[in-house]
Amino acid sequence: MPDHPLYQQLDELAKAVDTIALADEAELAELRTQLLGRKSGKLTHILRGLRDLDSDARRDVGQRANRLKQQIEAAIAAREEALAVPRMTASDVDLSMAGRRQWQGAIHPVTAVVDEICDIFREIGFTRVTGPEAETEEYNFVKLNIPLDHPAADEHDTFFLDGQAKQPCGEWKAPGRLLLRTHTSPMQARTMERYQPPIRIVVPGQAYRRDPFDPSHSPAFEQIEGLVVDDGVSFVDFKAGIDFFVKRFFSPETEVRFRPSFFPFTEPSAEVDVQCQLCRGSGCSTCKQTGFLEIMGAGMVHPAVFERCGIDAERYTGYAFGMGPHRITMLRHGIPDIRMLYLNDMRFLGQFAL
Amino acid sequence: MNVSLEWLAELLGRELDAADASHRLAMLGAPVEGIETLNQDLEDVVVGIVEQAGSHPNADRLTLCHVNDGSETREVVCGASNVREGAKYAYAPAGATLPGGLRLSARKIRGVVSHGMLCSPSELGLGSDHEGIMELLTDAEPGTRLLDAMPLKDVRLDLEITPNRPDLLGHRGVARELGAVYGAPVKLPAIPHAPVDGKTARRVESHGVVGGVEVSIEDVGGCPRYMAAAITDVKVGPSPTWLEARLRAVGARPINNVVDATNYILFELNQPMHAFDLDRLRGGKVIVRGAQPRERLRTLDGEDRALDPQMTMICDADGAIAIGGVMGGHESEVTSETTTVLLECAYFDPKRIRRTRQTLKMSTDASYRFERGTDPEGMDDALRRAVALIRAVAGGSEPEAAIDVYPTPFRTRAVFLRPERVEHLLGMRIPVDEIERFLTSLGFAVAPKDGRLHVQVPGWRPDVTREVDLIEEVARLHGYDSFPVELRAFKPSAVPADSREPRRAQLRRVLTGHGLHEARSFPLNHSDRDDAQRLSNPLSAEESCLRSDLMTGLRASAERNWGARERDIRLFELGIVFTATAPGHLPDETERIAAVISGARTPPHWTGSGHASDYDLWDAKALAELTLGVVGNRADLAVSGDRWVVTDGDGRERGWVGPVTADQPAWAAPLIGFELDLDFAHAAHVQYRELPTTPAIERDLALVLPAGVSAADIEASVRSTSGALLESLYIFDEYRGEVVSGRSVAWRLVFRSPGRTLRDTDADGAVDRVLAVLKEQFNVERR
Repeated sequence: MPDHPLYQQLDELAKAVDTIALADEAELAELRTQLLGRKSGKLTHILRGLRDLDSDARRDVGQRANRLKQQIEAAIAAREEALAVPRMTASDVDLSMAGRRQWQGAIHPVTAVVDEICDIFREIGFTRVTGPEAETEEYNFVKLNIPLDHPAADEHDTFFLDGQAKQPCGEWKAPGRLLLRTHTSPMQARTMERYQPPIRIVVPGQAYRRDPFDPSHSPAFEQIEGLVVDDGVSFVDFKAGIDFFVKRFFSPETEVRFRPSFFPFTEPSAEVDVQCQLCRGSGCSTCKQTGFLEIMGAGMVHPAVFERCGIDAERYTGYAFGMGPHRITMLRHGIPDIRMLYLNDMRFLGQFAL
Repeated sequence: MNVSLEWLAELLGRELDAADASHRLAMLGAPVEGIETLNQDLEDVVVGIVEQAGSHPNADRLTLCHVNDGSETREVVCGASNVREGAKYAYAPAGATLPGGLRLSARKIRGVVSHGMLCSPSELGLGSDHEGIMELLTDAEPGTRLLDAMPLKDVRLDLEITPNRPDLLGHRGVARELGAVYGAPVKLPAIPHAPVDGKTARRVESHGVVGGVEVSIEDVGGCPRYMAAAITDVKVGPSPTWLEARLRAVGARPINNVVDATNYILFELNQPMHAFDLDRLRGGKVIVRGAQPRERLRTLDGEDRALDPQMTMICDADGAIAIGGVMGGHESEVTSETTTVLLECAYFDPKRIRRTRQTLKMSTDASYRFERGTDPEGMDDALRRAVALIRAVAGGSEPEAAIDVYPTPFRTRAVFLRPERVEHLLGMRIPVDEIERFLTSLGFAVAPKDGRLHVQVPGWRPDVTREVDLIEEVARLHGYDSFPVELRAFKPSAVPADSREPRRAQLRRVLTGHGLHEARSFPLNHSDRDDAQRLSNPLSAEESCLRSDLMTGLRASAERNWGARERDIRLFELGIVFTATAPGHLPDETERIAAVISGARTPPHWTGSGHASDYDLWDAKALAELTLGVVGNRADLAVSGDRWVVTDGDGRERGWVGPVTADQPAWAAPLIGFELDLDFAHAAHVQYRELPTTPAIERDLALVLPAGVSAADIEASVRSTSGALLESLYIFDEYRGEVVSGRSVAWRLVFRSPGRTLRDTDADGAVDRVLAVLKEQFNVERR
């Protein structure tokens, strides 16, 4: 049956549909007559030929022909519409008009900074992990060699969780009260308890301190912790690791300065300063005329921390650091108030869309 | 902490440059927060000599002085009674500006022109005395700047002292650090006019008598050592200028010579002291004991304070007279009538002081230092120096040696240091003699012993308790900057990376790609939910709970954006939410994602006449489905009222998609959103499917759906009826109108067989079967 000549004619007509889209006005009129004309239209001819077929073939060819007729009519209509639009020549087009944009979303600038920092450390063998924000005194303080009855604990003004005994744990009695971690450092202890060296981790996450909001403080803030533990990790490795990060993150020319400081969980401890990115070290109001900005606290892991976390303090050494992506984000983009980073203002976030 | 540069220079016996000293201190661990040049507002004041002092023609109380300022002699009217001929005074000529900004000019006083003024200490900001003018005991020529003639030039450094270094809370400690890098030893300067008959204190085990007062310690835990000296015949009055200048230089207020002397020692040696009026001690006793239940004391600041037994009290025979190490009492305070002083020099237990200070919610210069740890071994010298200073500035004598109640002397701490451990930790070899030199310069006593160094720790360094603390000292003095920056070989981490991180990044990419900005909301809020995790010490009621969902924050963000007249809102957030568990247990932390959208679906463009259609539910549904696709676990969206509820493979509710109720202005578009748990499935790799080589056949199916029949019902039926040839189906139109009862929904069905070219009959047959089943199941027919 498909070898009936009508099928061949249908196939040929189907090809003609494609030519409709290219026709100009005169050609279109011609095609319309040629295909659909009442007298000599090709399709009309096929439909007339149906009566010579048996009933099965008649239904099949009839349906095909009708569908084809619809297609042809649609194509002609579409072409007519297209031709109706005044055809523009190059000189008519005002190419200064705006292109058609789509909304473009932005990654939050703090996320972008966190990701960039973690990616840089990944280059020198660090893995990225996360940990819980609600913690115990044991992990937040005790295992990190921060005695609760020492002024060193004062810098950690702590939010405690409701629904528990109010008694602080005794000097080193675990696990003590429940709290919101005041730094991401508890993950140092959690990691050392779970894994054997070599340990090289970065831990981004939210930390909390009971400081009221002001332009540079927020009761919740992002922090990135770093920890390295292995055989023979020294102060030189520490300086090199931090220096690698700073030069990658800021610029190869950026000067890095290590200053002695004090943190209960590192010894020797250091503050890391980088050359002020605004004045390039010549002194301005942002760096309080010092030419440097403090970006992280760091140091060699205190052996007491190793001892409390079950790591052989005589065999292993390591370094740790902590930095605040909120502050770094503010410095990088010149954002004057940390609250901007929590308000989710469309106009603000939109500035970070590409 | 404020330090005076001149004071440091005096201790080191050399001049100091403020910038250089600041830099060195910073590189030693005591960064300078601020540098302030003092008394700069005295630039215009000079030394003037009164050549003649006669009475004012028109006023009895005024004096007409002829003041020589080095270049000429001028008439100056003076109101002070202490002016005398031949003496030198601080003279502010006409045209000078005084502290506080007052600019002087020549003006008539009772008919006589006064060319400037002779100044009192209070007018110069140098003291409280405003009665008499300031007589200068100086050899300086008239005309010399006051700043050059008197010890007023100074620079105040504001040092940030870490809590482990109490010794740096005194000038001697700071000078010691600088001395170690400048190579200048610290030497305490001689006190002007100090007596030479100082006596060595008498040590006793539990009690002893001084100045007729019996001193004893009952609370040895709170106060292991208590020294007291009695000074008779003192004359309480203002301090000499040099002493006041020192105190002012560090920002302290001079009070009287006795109190100023104790404060001087506090700022010099970091040993807080307290002076009692000995005659006001009742019953001839000083007892150091724990406070009794319900005991109270009115402290020097006038507050009536409730005490508890954890606090160490200084008491006389009748009761408490001071909170040991924190603040003295009102009753025994040194006043202008005082003639006999009992001077206390004690060591208080840091932990007990800390608890007392926290209970009383007060901090004083004394408690701040005792809490960090004072030097129990330096008390002897400190007391002797304090007695000498008081006698030098207030007169008086010390009839008998001080008493030293010291039941169990502290044992000097010794720590061993292995030079090879220094190299091991610091990564660089430092010669032993250099290590010794560093430690010695800081006051450690070092002796080699069996290849190690035996290091005796001085009493002022309570922070040094083990080898690593000494290694830090070596690193500090060697200079952190002198260690090389050298990236050496390392082993990769044995800790596996968080496998969810790439999926989080993918979610961010997908949603920002759809135009949504990533939000970060503040994680504390207010909640009425029973399972919200509350804080026991929130800063405010608005921030009293950990968030139990993300939508609360996004809704507030949307409202703030409307407040800024922003109509188009597209935000998503990835974050942790908290649910309280049993009391005493940590809350559950769940990772979630949420989004809100409202307003125009695309930015306005001229081709669309500036009008884009607004986001609706279907956008939110698609974004949620897209998100769930990234998450990768099975999730079903079930219709529930005007929203969808998302359930996981076990039928548990894991989120929702739908309209968001918010406080929105009339002009705002509807707010729609979703919030979903993020439990990522194991990341399966996409498996390639063969691309089709045969053509597809499409059939459109417009059906009239009676009420109660959903599109999902129809699709499920179509799929199961039409068999393997159905490749896909989707709705392309919905029509609700008068023509049809109910609604008409149109699907496009795509049929394909991978092995052969389908015929129309294949598709039509399938459609016929589908229609038959739909008619039977739902009474649904073609439109």
